[in-house]
Amino acid sequence: MPLQQANTLAPLENADQEFLWTLNFGPQHPATHTTLRLILTLDGETIVKAVPDIGFLHSGFEKLGEDLDFNQYVTIVDRMNYISPIANEIAWHHVIEKLMGIELTPRCKYLRTILGELARISDHLLCTGAAALDLGAFTAFLYAFHQREVLYDIFETASGQRFHPSYTRVGGLAFDISDDFVRKVRDFVKDFPKTHGDMCRLLNRNRIFVERMQGIGVLSKEMAIDLSSTGPMARASGVVRDIRKDEPYLAYPDFDFKVVCAEEGDCYARYLVRMEEMLESLNIIHHAIENLPSGPVNVDGDSKAVFPEQMSVYRSIESMIHHFELVMPNRQWTPPVDEVYGCIESPNGELGFYVVSDGTGVAYRARTRPPSFIHFAVFPYLIVGHQISDVVAVLGSLNIIAAELDR
Amino acid sequence: MPFDALCNNLRERFGSDSFTTSEFRDNRRIHISPERLLPFLKTLKEDCGFDQLSELGGVDYLKYPGARDRFGLWYILLNTTTGERVIVKTLLNEPDLTIASVFSLWKGADWMEREVYDMYGVIFDEHPDLRRILMPEEFVSFPLRKDYPLCGRGERHNFPVITRAES
Repeated sequence: MPLQQANTLAPLENADQEFLWTLNFGPQHPATHTTLRLILTLDGETIVKAVPDIGFLHSGFEKLGEDLDFNQYVTIVDRMNYISPIANEIAWHHVIEKLMGIELTPRCKYLRTILGELARISDHLLCTGAAALDLGAFTAFLYAFHQREVLYDIFETASGQRFHPSYTRVGGLAFDISDDFVRKVRDFVKDFPKTHGDMCRLLNRNRIFVERMQGIGVLSKEMAIDLSSTGPMARASGVVRDIRKDEPYLAYPDFDFKVVCAEEGDCYARYLVRMEEMLESLNIIHHAIENLPSGPVNVDGDSKAVFPEQMSVYRSIESMIHHFELVMPNRQWTPPVDEVYGCIESPNGELGFYVVSDGTGVAYRARTRPPSFIHFAVFPYLIVGHQISDVVAVLGSLNIIAAELDR
Repeated sequence: MPFDALCNNLRERFGSDSFTTSEFRDNRRIHISPERLLPFLKTLKEDCGFDQLSELGGVDYLKYPGARDRFGLWYILLNTTTGERVIVKTLLNEPDLTIASVFSLWKGADWMEREVYDMYGVIFDEHPDLRRILMPEEFVSFPLRKDYPLCGRGERHNFPVITRAES
């Protein structure tokens, strides 16, 4: 098929609409936060049409997924939604373990749950904080980022890496947590409600903030379903769906938490849903860290899915062979020759992977279902009819992460 | 509606040999030929309550063990009321890589179909705006096809090489 020029303005290019003009928003703009471009058609300050142009950050992650093995690719999925990297890792290995039929140990399930919920708080803090920053509320942003720093510290304590932990492995985690981790999570659970309260008091009834968010970018329930939106986006529009409840995974069946929903579907509703979800996540973390099961963090070594302990590799020939077999490209895991779709409730919505396996330790096809990509497709429907200054409010409430958008 | 009941329902409507099914873990799949896809999905949406297209993607089966068809497409449908999922799979072969677009059923298919076109060159009939989405518009290959090398083809060969003395 021959390539065609982008058809951004075709229906409007006639004489009686000459007063319309075009504005390029991005790819480098402080309010887009990441590299994405919008081609806006304006009538005065009102947006008549918006055409997103993406792909500036495309780096072939899915092609790399067909080349790296199950444990190596975790370093790449980390870099998709880099605001909550551990949620991507959990999603990836959730699907791989579903493919291989591995049942995790209770301790690993709890730890992954805690990390996943910490990632959710981290993501929501960035989204709400940056939305506030774009609308001129600088203080709330600083409060949010202070807590994100604490969260990064917790991830570093667990995995040794601040930003991209690469902490999960097939059948478990890279290594068990230390007592220091438990102490830091407990401190966080104790301190966070104060920050959350401060942010709520700064923003929830802040007149400038509320007036710029309320009634802007309304997504109706029917549209939310039709446009495939999930997560906080869909819940703010009244779609009562949370994969943690509907298709439980990890240790979520053990916890009692609410699915936060709103009906308005505007930017303010999305903001409120995210704020409330943070408290629910905190509740889950609190219960999980206090009831953390003891026992091994990895599945049984006999399953040949996980690496043996480092000291036994040095001391016994069996463990050494076992380790060797897992790292050699022609040995590794032997999953069934089949394909599987699995998904988790990532902070942004349904994050899924469709893995086609040809029976080797490398995925034949590792398709990502990225929530940012799906949600950014909704953007043109939300912004039409609003003012140009509302672009930042709507973008801020969608939480578009360009690395996940373009992969 | 349980999967078996759903399949019986669909068999009554489309004929008993119109599709085959398979299951793996909790994935329930319906395999259907590409010509029948659109009316089939329309029935699933309008009569069986699968109101959301949760995911749409493709795969190139060129080097897959035992595969006879070149491209596969999956449509993962979700019933947002009951939380049921069903995967509809279809297979495509060269030279006719054309399939009906499901944009008329779900607006969410817009960008997902554009991505499949961008990566595999599958053409979605009656898609309102089928052009590349992630790759640059002047790009000529389809990068996720299995005959496209990991390091690219031609992109890097033309990069200027700067030596230390020149810089």
